[in-house]
Amino acid sequence: MQFGIFTVGDVTTDPTTGTTPTEHERIKATVALARKAEEVGLDVFATGEHHNPPFVPSSPTTTLAYIAAQTERIILSTSTTLITTNDPVKIAEDYATLQHLTDGRIDLMMGRGNTGPVYPWFGKDIRDGISLAIENYALLRRLWTEDVVDWEGKHRTALQGFTATPRPLDGIPPFVWHGSIRSPEIAEQAAYYGDGFFHNNIFWPMSHTKQMVQLYRRRFEHYGHGAAEQAIVGLGGQVFMRKNSQDAVREFRPYFDNAPVYGHGPSLEDFTRETPLTVGSPQQVIERYAAMADEVGDYQRQLFLMDHAGLPLATVLEQLEILGGEVVPELRRIAAARKPAHVPDAPTHASRVAAAGASPEAVR
Amino acid sequence: MSATRRIVVVSAGLGQPSSTRLLADRLATATTDALLERGLEAQVDVVELRDQAHDLGNTLLTGFPTGGVRAAVDTITSADGVIAVTPVYQGSYSGLFKTFFDVLAPDVLKGTPVLMAATGGTARHSLMLEFAMRPLFAHLKASPLVTAVFAASEDWGTAGPSDHSLAARIGRAGEELAAAAAARVSSGPVDPFADPVSFDDLLST
Repeated sequence: MQFGIFTVGDVTTDPTTGTTPTEHERIKATVALARKAEEVGLDVFATGEHHNPPFVPSSPTTTLAYIAAQTERIILSTSTTLITTNDPVKIAEDYATLQHLTDGRIDLMMGRGNTGPVYPWFGKDIRDGISLAIENYALLRRLWTEDVVDWEGKHRTALQGFTATPRPLDGIPPFVWHGSIRSPEIAEQAAYYGDGFFHNNIFWPMSHTKQMVQLYRRRFEHYGHGAAEQAIVGLGGQVFMRKNSQDAVREFRPYFDNAPVYGHGPSLEDFTRETPLTVGSPQQVIERYAAMADEVGDYQRQLFLMDHAGLPLATVLEQLEILGGEVVPELRRIAAARKPAHVPDAPTHASRVAAAGASPEAVR
Repeated sequence: MSATRRIVVVSAGLGQPSSTRLLADRLATATTDALLERGLEAQVDVVELRDQAHDLGNTLLTGFPTGGVRAAVDTITSADGVIAVTPVYQGSYSGLFKTFFDVLAPDVLKGTPVLMAATGGTARHSLMLEFAMRPLFAHLKASPLVTAVFAASEDWGTAGPSDHSLAARIGRAGEELAAAAAARVSSGPVDPFADPVSFDDLLST
């Protein structure tokens, strides 16, 4: 099982000090977090993509390439890549390039984006969100798997005799996850292609997450990619830890109370009960996240949101030490012990190359 | 058709006791009686929005129904008929009333008969039901009944029976809701995860 972190890249004032990082500081902090994630033994670092303040990550491949140059092992990913408003041709080119530069240490998570004005800023209409996600991704796959593409669709100009360069590393496109919080159509899309499905459940109750994951698993089997329990599932998570749980609650509460999205809403206690947010001791985090598989089945990737709501970089780096040092090793052990042999690990470039070599049909 | 109809009362009154709830209860009784005349049992569930006020605020902020809001949403999702009652605030339905309908998923009330009612200090507000509440339920694709009931303060002290008394209007509205609920074959809540649009259909549209 893979464990990692994903960042939204928000520039948020620290409510306890009133200080706000500059964009420069936030971007450099992102690199520091990724390096620390590798150092403490995490498997994945993923960045969001946004095109409006107060977010800095508008250019994920630039940042990921820079991080790749300073790391050795960690898989770099996105959370998410906007399949709706980005040109699929540019996604094909950018991420194939990144794949070569990183020797295959990348994958992507597709998402639609929920910031209304981003669509018109990029010449699209949010009401076409699902249609854009489906058409653009269908084209992206063809650009990665077919050397010469003739294509015509609704949402971008037609292509005749187009070859996306560079071609994917070893002829194997990056693995793709599809992220969606509540659209059954996207779970269906992930299932149809046999791609991964990531439910970013950090603001949602498990009852809902379970419905989405079950739909994806059922349809994954329906489309003939394997048994439902063999589908590739990822979940989000959000934690804040101190040795004593009371200390964790005391320190995190002002960040929670003023956080973007849920701040000034439900109490920390209500929110931790209803969502995966866990504020407490490392042991409490282990117990909560080890139990996730009881709800959604054995899954392949767990990403934690660690660096939002104005938490200072030094604090987040400490949190990563605890996560990598105390929590993830135990979660790995528990996950490995419970996972049946026929449930696959998350695909990597190496495993996909091997699978293609053994049986080219296995990789679509 | 089963012999029971589920009637869900949504009351946005804030006082305790509240005249809005009083009107809601009388409408529920009238509906229950009219269903009984048709040989049908009524199962009446009341959603008191006052009790959900904090959780409705949280639901707006978190995007998922928290606390008691989830149960309230589930309740209205399976209604055969709805009795929706609000006090008039600033010339319209109250913000709390609107907030509840704001957090419903699309199509939850599609085709559901709705008996609209309101309370206010003066009958001069009575057309609020027509110019504000009826368009709300039209937007929700619900089926608001012809008769909507407004109870001004003075109505509670006006003697009946006449065709225009509050009691007569309540009786007429209860009769309409019973008729609509009786004729309704509720398909139950729609589970968007049960039967997804197949990907081939998604690709071809």
